[in-house]
Amino acid sequence: MRGDSPMNTAVNASPAGVAPALGLGRRITWLLLLPSTLWFLLLLLMPLLVILVFSFGERSSVGGYGGGFTLDNYLALGSRAGAFSNTLVLAPLGTLVCLLVAYPLAYFLAVKVRRNRSLLLTLVIVPFWTSFLIRTYAWIFILGGKGIPALLASLGLEGVRLINTPTAVLVGIVYGYLPLMVFPLYVSLEKLDKRLLEASGDLGASRFETFRRVTLPLSAPGMITGVMLVFILLMGEFLIPAILGGGKVFFVGNALVDLFLQSRNWPFGSALAMTLVALMLAIILVYLKLAARFGGASRDGVL
Amino acid sequence: MDKKTFIKTLRSWQNGSITRRDFLGRTGLGLAAAVMAANMPGLLTSRAFAAEKGSMGDRVNLATWPNYHSPDNFAAFAEATGAKVQMNVFGSNEEMLAKLQAGGSGWDLFVPTNYTISTYVELGLIEPLDLARIPNFDPKAFEQRFMAQGTVDGKVYAVPKNWGTTGIVYDSSALKTPVDSWKQFWDLTKTSASGRTIVHDYQLTAIGNALKYFGYSFNSLDPKELADAEKLLIDCKPHLFAINSDIQPSMRSGDAWMAMCWTGDASQLHRDNPDMQFALGREGGELWSDFFAIPKGAEHRDAAYALINYLLDPAHNKLEVEAHGYPSGDKRVDALLPKEMLDDPIMYPAAELLSHLEFGAAATLTSPVRAELMARFKAA
Repeated sequence: MRGDSPMNTAVNASPAGVAPALGLGRRITWLLLLPSTLWFLLLLLMPLLVILVFSFGERSSVGGYGGGFTLDNYLALGSRAGAFSNTLVLAPLGTLVCLLVAYPLAYFLAVKVRRNRSLLLTLVIVPFWTSFLIRTYAWIFILGGKGIPALLASLGLEGVRLINTPTAVLVGIVYGYLPLMVFPLYVSLEKLDKRLLEASGDLGASRFETFRRVTLPLSAPGMITGVMLVFILLMGEFLIPAILGGGKVFFVGNALVDLFLQSRNWPFGSALAMTLVALMLAIILVYLKLAARFGGASRDGVL
Repeated sequence: MDKKTFIKTLRSWQNGSITRRDFLGRTGLGLAAAVMAANMPGLLTSRAFAAEKGSMGDRVNLATWPNYHSPDNFAAFAEATGAKVQMNVFGSNEEMLAKLQAGGSGWDLFVPTNYTISTYVELGLIEPLDLARIPNFDPKAFEQRFMAQGTVDGKVYAVPKNWGTTGIVYDSSALKTPVDSWKQFWDLTKTSASGRTIVHDYQLTAIGNALKYFGYSFNSLDPKELADAEKLLIDCKPHLFAINSDIQPSMRSGDAWMAMCWTGDASQLHRDNPDMQFALGREGGELWSDFFAIPKGAEHRDAAYALINYLLDPAHNKLEVEAHGYPSGDKRVDALLPKEMLDDPIMYPAAELLSHLEFGAAATLTSPVRAELMARFKAA
């Protein structure tokens, strides 16, 4: 609780009696926590509760929620198996590729770069200055017939199809989420004490051995944070598959959009949403268990 | 007032340093226009607006479809009346209905398709039109079938905007066999056009045109017929390029060779690339018409009426048709159009082809069975 320290200083510095000041400090703590508590209650728990209730209801004849109690919505989940399998393959795969691409970049920025580091870091977030939607649209043209496939054809590789394939969606995912992976990795690598690397070398370890036994374990918190950030967001992703998958690469997020906006079957949509939340919780719990076992000593700042 | 002062005053109005009212007052044009309008009603074309000017407000909120209006007409309307057109563009009738049903849409005017109007009336979301306020609407100028569905229980709730068909567009430079039936559309999708076909992301047309493969009605709600259509759709899914109603970019880039297609998309594609051919299915398919309607409780009702009246003026409607390539269904407008447009088989298909087509039905759009079928097809 980093937020506590200024408060404690204020209390200690107070010339008045210690007891009333402590009461004041506690009250201020509560007051400061109030907005986030309200936030969680109103904007997280309440909607979740509503969705939970909806998920046991029936669709009204004109669409929307029509009351009642039934398990049919959960029993019908099989009809969306394709969406679940797409999501459960492409979200972890996308996270892994993000990690593999981001790590060398973060390592380079944190360990190797001496000058212009903040400039280079800024360049990583420059894409965020343009709307995500527009940037993803741009990929339609890059991956479309007149883009990369045309370039490959001119080099003699004919008939390559990229747009509206899982590969296109994967490219979009890595492109869109890379900065979210780079930053946590950068922070943990930047904290790394470079003298440890020298010591490791002095003790006769090869550069690879140093990386495997010193750098990698010490950057584990960054990896864990980055993977969580990217994976959770990817599980709910719908924009990238909708734009680069052409309606053919279908995520659970796309199924939700369809159910709520087109067929307007809110109860089934709610059941799907609850299932996704439960699935995500389970995966993250397992992941954190595994991370705790293999992830090295430092465990603060996981999320 | 001499010429120089007049120009100077005009410039300061254009620069925004004085208001339009100031400009009209200082130059005396406002008074002149009012006197002229009062004494010679036939002289000023915008006479209908002169009386209402000021009372109709500064805007009209319009909910409509993409690529469906002439911006020049909107600019001229704002110039004549002081009411700027604010456009909201929609992707499906379901979305429009959901927005209006939720309330607080803020629309003054919108463009529903034929099969939705009875639902809007049933739900009490639109009001009967006061035809006295739309003198440019002449029922005799329109074909009965294109305006019939705007009338519910003898009351006119909506006046026709445009009509069109849903057919097949294909790139004849890539696809060697000419296509003229839905049977061919789906068979080619599974064979020589595999990976090159686009199906609308719209249950009405996607399912309706799959039903036509078997010769069933476009509007079928029969469980067995829908099951056949679902099987066809799911068999074809791996062979599709995309499920998307925005077909133009992929057709233009050459990624897609064949697509379900509305009249205007075909006109626009064919205009830019003569290889783009359009055909109606021999088995039939969809014929539709769009309407202007005013939601209940519209805030700028006067401006909405003025805009409908403005756009239905044949001279203005002609500009609309030339901009978007959908026929208006108004004989007075057809009389003004160039001959090559009237001879264009995309815009004006032969009567015997049209006779097979069906209008979409209200129950087709709202059917939960068809909605769920479409969702299963997309998730497959």
